[in-house]
Amino acid sequence: MSDGKVNPVLPPPSLSVGVIGWIKKNLFPSWFSGVLTVVLGYFIISSLIPFIDWAILKADFIGESPADCTSEGACWVFIGTRLDFFIYGFYPESEHWRVNVIYLIFGLIIVPQFFSAVSARIKMILGVFGVTVFPALSFVMIYGSETFGLPIVGTSVWGGLTLTLILAYVGIVAAIPIGILLALGRRSDMPLVRALCVVFIEFWRGVPLITILFMASVMLPLFLPDGVTFDRLLRALIGITLFQSAYMAEVIRGGLQAIPKGQYEAAEALGLGYWQGMGLIILPQALKIVIPGIVNTLISLFKDTTLVLVIGLFDLLRAVQATIIDPAWRNVATEGYIFAAFVFWVFCYSMSRYSQMLERKLHTGHKR
Amino acid sequence: MNQETELIQPPAQVASKAVKGEAIIKVIDMHKWYEQFHVLRGLNLEVSKGERIVICGPSGSGKSTFIRCINRLEEHQRGQIIVDGIELTDDLRNIDTIRREVGMVFQHFNLFPHLTVLENCCLAPIWVRKTPRKEAEQIAMKYLERVKIPDQAKKYPGQLSGGQQQRVAIARSLCMNPKIMLFDEPTSALDPEMIKEVLDVMIELAESGMTMLCVTHEMGFAKTVADRVIFMDQGEIVEQGIPKEFFGNPREARTRQFLQQILNH
Repeated sequence: MSDGKVNPVLPPPSLSVGVIGWIKKNLFPSWFSGVLTVVLGYFIISSLIPFIDWAILKADFIGESPADCTSEGACWVFIGTRLDFFIYGFYPESEHWRVNVIYLIFGLIIVPQFFSAVSARIKMILGVFGVTVFPALSFVMIYGSETFGLPIVGTSVWGGLTLTLILAYVGIVAAIPIGILLALGRRSDMPLVRALCVVFIEFWRGVPLITILFMASVMLPLFLPDGVTFDRLLRALIGITLFQSAYMAEVIRGGLQAIPKGQYEAAEALGLGYWQGMGLIILPQALKIVIPGIVNTLISLFKDTTLVLVIGLFDLLRAVQATIIDPAWRNVATEGYIFAAFVFWVFCYSMSRYSQMLERKLHTGHKR
Repeated sequence: MNQETELIQPPAQVASKAVKGEAIIKVIDMHKWYEQFHVLRGLNLEVSKGERIVICGPSGSGKSTFIRCINRLEEHQRGQIIVDGIELTDDLRNIDTIRREVGMVFQHFNLFPHLTVLENCCLAPIWVRKTPRKEAEQIAMKYLERVKIPDQAKKYPGQLSGGQQQRVAIARSLCMNPKIMLFDEPTSALDPEMIKEVLDVMIELAESGMTMLCVTHEMGFAKTVADRVIFMDQGEIVEQGIPKEFFGNPREARTRQFLQQILNH
């Protein structure tokens, strides 16, 4: 370089590129890793082959009755025939279309959020619609309303995936704002507000969700005056929401604490009021920092909805459990649980992917 | 000769536009404590409209705390601070009114990293002054041109150099059309080669007749633009005077010692 000549551009050594290079670098970098690769590879392959054999190659997919499950593999016919029950629970079949309309709108709100081609403005409008009009609309459609000529369908027959999604959606939409308010309250200058928030958070966080659900369904009626009934689903919803909002509050408080004092001061010095400063400056940054934590809480909320089976609500998992004991079918427990696990995985994984997308999009260069 | 004066090369003392007798800031026997610690001990100061004041002093002397009291980022416990005819009390409305009229530039810029440069500048005019967005953007572009970075308007603060960020911070404050500008060590977090670009903007601002209070160690800047230099130590105003007297013939021993330390490095 120093004598004015430019060093020639050389191709990388052949051992570090291509398939061979990759294998050498990632699978056999040392004798110990090499042994691990071979052992783990053996276990993966030896368990994957029988599973594929059972779940796909020797499985029965088409049919309508137990008699169609003739081979020795998985009996997916069972899932197919019970799919309606898994999705709608005991919801009357003649009214399924009402739930389907809500699923359709739900899809129209959610799916565009995953595509970068859709403008931020449209996503925003869909999002606002999703947390305001959509829940009310869903209630009218699913519960029914005399004024719109939709027969009432009581919450006691709601079930399956629909119930799971209702619990999760209401929980998510309500827990985030309540969590934000609790987090702000816990950092408030006003001692009374702060004390109330601390007590609330520590109470709900200190009790297992299953206990809360039991208390809501068994003990609450004991304290209510005679004749006053409180919808069981509503009780579960309130329990889940308050429980998760306490967790959410602590996650968000972590984000608030990560924002440098200078940001608060700059907002104040410009004359922004408390809510303006929080809403425009502090929260957008704090929430962005804690996206992984928020999504963690949301995923756990989604999975925790299965606990409502202890108070007799028929969510997806309970619906599966109730059908796999049907003596008409040979043992289909494995198929049922794999199906339930798969559905939960699809939703949780989507949330995870969405949050990663959001983090990338909101990244604005180096942090100060 | 020290480095700062070489960097600035003052053509001459910038002509003062101070209006005598019209006090825009009045501080009367002001005290402040941090818990038990008595940070500010009986400060008195009157600032005329259009006056440019440089406050210097050793670290821990309370100079930053002092100017932060003027827009109530810090609370004082005794005495009075009257800004533009309004006394700073616990009344939140008064505080908000005063903050609208007082711009502040921080040592660490404190730009909002999640907003673009233009959004940083427009935010307060839109939300506090209720200026229509279009108009706010025009005003912002005007000030970004004045600080010589209109081409960076669409970038995020994290993509700019320290000097550029500090100029954005100045523009952001100016967008609120303040009557007073406070500078809290605006150049001390900057790399040496970026100090000049920020000081140039500040000198230009001083020429325009803005009332300025500036905590800084840039003595060259003080000589060029200050109407008055104030020296603080241990929470008190030890000495003040026009730059010529302050630098040429300091009366107090503490001032002489301080000036020796910062001018002879």
